[in-house]
Amino acid sequence: MHDMLAEPVEAASARMGTEGRLATGARLMRLSEARPGDGGIIVEVRAETHPGDHGVGVEELQRRLLEFGFVEGARLQVLHEGAIRHDPIAVRLDDMRVALRRRDAEDVWLLAEAAPAGR
Amino acid sequence: MSEAALSPARVALVGNPNTGKTALFNALTGGRQKVANYAGVTVERKEGFVTTAHGRRLSILDLPGTYSLRARSPDEAVTRDAVLGRLAGETPPDVVVCVADATNLRLVLRLILELKAVGRPMVLALNMYDIAQRQGLRIDLEGLSAATGCPIVTTVATRKRGIDDLVAQVEARLESGALAGDNRWREPAAHEIRDAHKEAQRLLKAYVRPPERPDTLTGRIDAVLLHPVAGLMILLALLFVMFQAVFSWGKAVGDLIGEGFTGVGGFVAAHLPPGLLTSFITDGVISGVGSVIVFLPQILVLFLFIILLEDFGYMARAAFLMDRIMGGAGLHGRAFIPLLSSFACAIPGIMSTRVIDNRRDRLTTILVAPLMTCSARIPVYTLIISAFIPNRPVAGVMNLQGLVMFGLYAAGILSALAVSFVTRRLFWRGAVEPFLMELPSYKVPDPENVARSLLLRGQIFLTRAGTIIFPLMIAVWFLSSFPGAPPGATDPAINYSLAGRLGHLIQPLFAPIGFNWQMVVALVPGFAAREVAVAALGTVYALGDVGQAPGALATTLTHHWSVATGLSFLAWYIFAPQCASTLGVVKRETNSWRWPIIMFLYMTGLAYAASLVVYRVAVALGGG
Repeated sequence: MHDMLAEPVEAASARMGTEGRLATGARLMRLSEARPGDGGIIVEVRAETHPGDHGVGVEELQRRLLEFGFVEGARLQVLHEGAIRHDPIAVRLDDMRVALRRRDAEDVWLLAEAAPAGR
Repeated sequence: MSEAALSPARVALVGNPNTGKTALFNALTGGRQKVANYAGVTVERKEGFVTTAHGRRLSILDLPGTYSLRARSPDEAVTRDAVLGRLAGETPPDVVVCVADATNLRLVLRLILELKAVGRPMVLALNMYDIAQRQGLRIDLEGLSAATGCPIVTTVATRKRGIDDLVAQVEARLESGALAGDNRWREPAAHEIRDAHKEAQRLLKAYVRPPERPDTLTGRIDAVLLHPVAGLMILLALLFVMFQAVFSWGKAVGDLIGEGFTGVGGFVAAHLPPGLLTSFITDGVISGVGSVIVFLPQILVLFLFIILLEDFGYMARAAFLMDRIMGGAGLHGRAFIPLLSSFACAIPGIMSTRVIDNRRDRLTTILVAPLMTCSARIPVYTLIISAFIPNRPVAGVMNLQGLVMFGLYAAGILSALAVSFVTRRLFWRGAVEPFLMELPSYKVPDPENVARSLLLRGQIFLTRAGTIIFPLMIAVWFLSSFPGAPPGATDPAINYSLAGRLGHLIQPLFAPIGFNWQMVVALVPGFAAREVAVAALGTVYALGDVGQAPGALATTLTHHWSVATGLSFLAWYIFAPQCASTLGVVKRETNSWRWPIIMFLYMTGLAYAASLVVYRVAVALGGG
């Protein structure tokens, strides 16, 4: 898995370059598992989870995510989550805010920066 | 040449949602607008006209907002087809004006790249430019214009700034004889969307300097409004205020209007000789028109709230908060608004399901919307409750009659959730569509735009509902009046009419649920609108005008009906599709008879089953 992601990670680290925080405590996670406060750079948007379960197919889900700006290299931060099962989530995506369900966020892979202390 | 000079040049407004596109459309066209539907689809077609400084007439088409020409909802399909010139009965636009929120350019830049592939002459309107300036956002307009190959105009639609500039630029595009190039657009694949994003990112980096003072207000408001606990409490409080407004202010004005129509009817009846014509005018025309207008104030108050909350940016937040709660029943977060509207009247509720992109989600919402307790049920509930439910305190603080009323509302909501849950399980298993939604920045609603939208809603309700309700009222009047009573008849005239005969004919079907023939006869005219059943009961029991003495009807009913029958009638009204207008609107909105028929069958089935259970249980408990 890490081999597969090597290239996007490099691209991401190039974008984060000046901040240089990549080496310390960065971890790879699905957006669907992120909690409010988690944030980082999107390293990959796949088309593989839940075949057929979205009523539109995974390829279509991937295109919709991409169209909304969930694209490799975009900066993302989880802002809020719903009351029931922490779903849906509201994220800041570059300069806009987007709400989505966790089940639709599984294919968005995030290189999360170290979580803020105290969480 | 002459033809081109005579027919106005066509300009289409395209853009992401929440970019102030409609405000720009209003600023461009002022009052010169007309709203219709696109042929064959229930998407609103908003067209307006503007005359340029050189006297050229432009027709402006406000297309539904979209993030991509790859359409996902009926609205977005219209935008795509209009831009591509594929829409039946529409001429392709001569110039496309792409409207962008100047503070949020990323996604619109990608849309511009798609639009460029279509090859039509384009002008980019950077709207909300004042907010961009306030935030200290710098945009290299010349550079961006050169890079995208389209002229850029900065606008502030709400203050009507930049409008003349925009019109002049559009005209310049027309004058320059810029012809539509080849259409190279096709649905982009995932890698093409990625490439477009890279290009958009490059343009942003080269020509836009990030804001010095970014908007932090939206984040701070969201911290409260999207809070898992506080956010829901605020939503409930807002709903409470909204209902209060609809049922106190709206209803008060509605009642006044209703009394006005009754007065007019009485006046006409007093001054015309009694007979068929008078009956047609008073019972058919005047009460027909009245039954439409009575709901207008409530609907306007409801829509005022909805428009204000929408323009403020709250509706997307409400959908966010409600998504999981409604999702448990298989409903989309966006179904929240339509279902809310249905408490006033299912007709505007069903009309507002257009905000739901997905067809299945939309159909489920349409199917359950009439289960929400609309205000037309209130007169029926009030009558039956006052007749059969004792007015006594329960547990010290509550009142049994109020409790029953609350129970009826709750039964409506719960059954709507249950029906949508079952629909999902039975018909559309597993297919829960993705839910992706932008949470726009908060903005103070612009009074002029709010007023204009409200006026538009009222107008649409009157024309749509009016064209459906009015003929139905006439039809019901006809059924209840013909043929007239024979000379020397002792029973009320309605008994001899078609409605009366129909009622007698189908009464055996209703015997198991405890309905007598008078009730069944009253159900026939009550099919026009629920509250008509009250007046019809008055007619069947030959009480004359029950509006004058509502208590008398309740007393009569207690003499003629058993408690079990009364309760059975209440249960019937929770579910029964006793509103032909709703079925008519469903037919229009879904463009097929299939859905109104399904709705009629399932609601009647539920009503019958519920009445049967209630009646049998009540009889068994000694209420027969």
